Amino acid sequence: MPPATPTEAPPEPAAPADAPDATRGDVAGGVGHSAGRPDSTLKVTGEFAYGSDLWMDNMLWGVTVRSPHPYARIRSIDIAEALATAGVFAVLTHEDVPGEKTYGLEVADQPVLAFDVVRYQGEPVALVAADHPEIARQAAKKVRVDYEVLEPVTDARAALGHATPDLHGDQAGQVTELSRAAPYLHPEGNLVRHLKIRVGDPDPVADVVVVGEYDVGMQDQAFLGPEAGLAVPDGVGGVDLYVATQWLHVDQRQICAALGLRAEQVRLSLAGVGGAFGGREDLSMHVHGCLLALHTGKPVKMVYNREESFFGHVHRHPAKMRYEHGADRDGRLVYVKAEIYLDGGAYASSTPAVVGNAGTMGLGPYVVPNIHVDCYGAYTNNPPCGAMRGFGSVQTAFAYEAQMDKLAAQLGMDPVELRVRNAMAEGSPIPTGQVIDSAAPVAELLQRLRAMPLPSDLDGADLRHLPGGVSNTTHGEGVRRGVGYAVAYKNVAFSEGFDDYSTARVRLEAVAGAPQVTVHTAAAEVGQGLVTVEQQICRTELGVDTVVVHPKDTQVGSGGSTSASRQTYVTGGAVRAACHRVRDRVFALAAAYLGETLDDLRLEGGNIVSQTRGAVGSVADVLGTEVVEETTQWRHRRTEPIDPETGQGFAHVQFAFAAHRAVVDVDVELGLVKVVELACTQDVGKAINPDAVVGQIQGGSTQGMGLALMEEIQISEGKIRNPSFTDYLIPTILDTPPMPIEVLEYADPHAPYGLRGVGEAPTISSGPAVMAAIRDACGLELTKVPVRPEHIVDGGADREVSGTD
Amino acid sequence: MTRIKILVDGVDYSDDVEPRTLLVHYLREQLGKTGTVVGCDTSNCGACTVLLDNSSVKSCTVLAVQANGHEVTTIEGLAIDGELHPMQQAFHENHALQCGFCTPGMVMQSIDLLHDNPSPTEQEVREGLEGNLCRCTGYQNIVKAVLAAAAAHRESAPGAVPSGGST
Repeated sequence: MPPATPTEAPPEPAAPADAPDATRGDVAGGVGHSAGRPDSTLKVTGEFAYGSDLWMDNMLWGVTVRSPHPYARIRSIDIAEALATAGVFAVLTHEDVPGEKTYGLEVADQPVLAFDVVRYQGEPVALVAADHPEIARQAAKKVRVDYEVLEPVTDARAALGHATPDLHGDQAGQVTELSRAAPYLHPEGNLVRHLKIRVGDPDPVADVVVVGEYDVGMQDQAFLGPEAGLAVPDGVGGVDLYVATQWLHVDQRQICAALGLRAEQVRLSLAGVGGAFGGREDLSMHVHGCLLALHTGKPVKMVYNREESFFGHVHRHPAKMRYEHGADRDGRLVYVKAEIYLDGGAYASSTPAVVGNAGTMGLGPYVVPNIHVDCYGAYTNNPPCGAMRGFGSVQTAFAYEAQMDKLAAQLGMDPVELRVRNAMAEGSPIPTGQVIDSAAPVAELLQRLRAMPLPSDLDGADLRHLPGGVSNTTHGEGVRRGVGYAVAYKNVAFSEGFDDYSTARVRLEAVAGAPQVTVHTAAAEVGQGLVTVEQQICRTELGVDTVVVHPKDTQVGSGGSTSASRQTYVTGGAVRAACHRVRDRVFALAAAYLGETLDDLRLEGGNIVSQTRGAVGSVADVLGTEVVEETTQWRHRRTEPIDPETGQGFAHVQFAFAAHRAVVDVDVELGLVKVVELACTQDVGKAINPDAVVGQIQGGSTQGMGLALMEEIQISEGKIRNPSFTDYLIPTILDTPPMPIEVLEYADPHAPYGLRGVGEAPTISSGPAVMAAIRDACGLELTKVPVRPEHIVDGGADREVSGTD
Repeated sequence: MTRIKILVDGVDYSDDVEPRTLLVHYLREQLGKTGTVVGCDTSNCGACTVLLDNSSVKSCTVLAVQANGHEVTTIEGLAIDGELHPMQQAFHENHALQCGFCTPGMVMQSIDLLHDNPSPTEQEVREGLEGNLCRCTGYQNIVKAVLAAAAAHRESAPGAVPSGGST
């Protein structure tokens, strides 16, 4: 067993020299300002073109034929009748895939179109293109697929052959007779990844021990604009694809492999994205649209409807977790043992990385001297799961925060005080041994939250203010108020040695006598406001007001994924680095223009300004007809893979911290919950755009609250029972309470401008805070997320698992 | 096919439609008014909200033939000569959107809300927008925008009732 040796950061790679920010200042519309979105006017006037709005004359409509079964062998596919339908131009199956038959983000295990077997309900089997969407849909029904239906594997533990854990024993990992019979869904078996963390004493002893078992249901990203794209053949064997997505270049790589084409033959442009939240990391219609377009020689549009969208993208992994926390009498954690099962569904998607996060982040922002973690990702015949905001950290936070409350109750301590006593700080090791080398204000976030005023007491006079509103048929006799706290942290950007970079092209020229910047990256704007950030950085670094954001496409190098809270950090870093190169060239031009070299120059207000002499020339004059353009790749600091046996290593780039306090009213007789207030504190390092930062916190908090209260894709025998917004509920404006927010700015010296990724952390701590508040109100353990009225009313789903071993 | 005559965003249209055509599909596919978007198909999300004779409707629950002889205002008909409608301006200024997919419906519903109640409380704004889903913003800035639009209107035209549309 290794000692808890802190893991130091590997040497920094030779990044492009980042000169001190001589040009930085307080620039209107620059870094630190709440600059307006460049796409906002188009979005409020209806002119912004989402993927579903794209249109070309003579285009065809593509439709996907999907499997009705979670697990079945395909005996045969008969397309004759569908193909004979008037108006149909093509019906394609796996036989028509010219290149690699399978694709995937991390593992190429997912068929472009199913062959031999289908492994989940909704798996694409065939494609139809017709000159009208209704004709395409009608023809799709005429594709005859002969299935031999198989018994689906629907439980992650059973898929791995693991016994159901015995709360008072330790049988994890043991193979049972039953599970030995679980079929291999993929040739290598049903294990996608097993992450182990072993730190300190393998047999620790503690004064107080609490054990808990927790289930988190499957959440959907539920972005409002369903999957859509338009593929246009170029007439010489290539294709242009306009698609709503999160990472153009990783899409391009997978499309090229499937089509057997080179990168220059498959050009992608970002269509307007109606939300993403991880649900657009994997391919949806991308290859399908291109196949149909290349086959028919015509533009092909594919748009999923809401029901199809539920089958058309991955979801958040449901989790089954068992935690054991041991502490001394003073409430200091002695050890944590955790066993985490994540159901990856039929294909790997990003399950390996989700397991990485769930495992390494899975004990929360607390210092723990002795650790034993097993985190598994498994294949089943449930819907494929992958990326969703919070990415593996959300599920475990429900467990470790419930455990902290349980421990506090056992010790008779205040839950906030217990958290503060065990809080990570700068210099603390995380479970992987990595030492946090920038601010980690966990205790301060909690203390600031507690210092915020509480909302006023329940107003029982107006029955509409009761949980359930006007549908509450009582006079509030059963309503109890509860308050709960939670804190969480999240790794920012891609971890475990991934070569995570972004590319930016910045051009500066004089247009009609005024300087103008054009910034071009392939980094996807999905609503979060990256386009605004790109403009702000250019304004600050180059002192130029007018910044044009070039449409996002693959004509510039990869921007990396819009995920892991990484774009402002990584693409922001790339834009800044490109600006510095442009600036240096302008200074060289200025030397020629002035006839002397000054070493105290900066760009400001469209001028070249000397520290000692003031403005020495306008940028437009110095440029003349010269166009200065620089393209730069930029990387964050390097990380390492973790040790497969101990889980130790410098795996993460940066950490984001957030905490929530939820105040709820619970009608314990009716099982109804009303969140009265959801307060948040978060450290963002540096708020590049304060309004946008707060917007991320508000939206993220709401999604976390939704998971706690209502959001669950319900699966029965591998089939989705609620694929609509009628049955899959997301928070409405009435479900969403006021949100007092305090933003802290403790700069991270390793990051551009000191910023921290913002988007995910608030999604992680809000749900556990809501759960804690509900428990506080009704006194039940509530181990299932989302909590349902019946759990509150009869506590029937609850297990009595408290007490010491 | 049935012939319908509709005034959409101030322009008269006369078109043949299948009687089962939904208003939203008529707007998007026949008139090319893709500013009105479809988010759910089940009348839950409200992204397709338009004004029918100055009252909000979810255009996925109205047949095009039901709009025959009536006036429809979409998000595309609000701005006049490039000048944003005060509600559009309020959403723009209050960071009340991220991905923007819910925005057309939110703006149209908010106009209807202020038409009914020019001085709503925060709670009344929430009640008035209950039928419109947003996945990005947590609604906080949407509430702020609607209250700002109401306040701006009271300042500019006390006593008057804000209306939608270019007519």
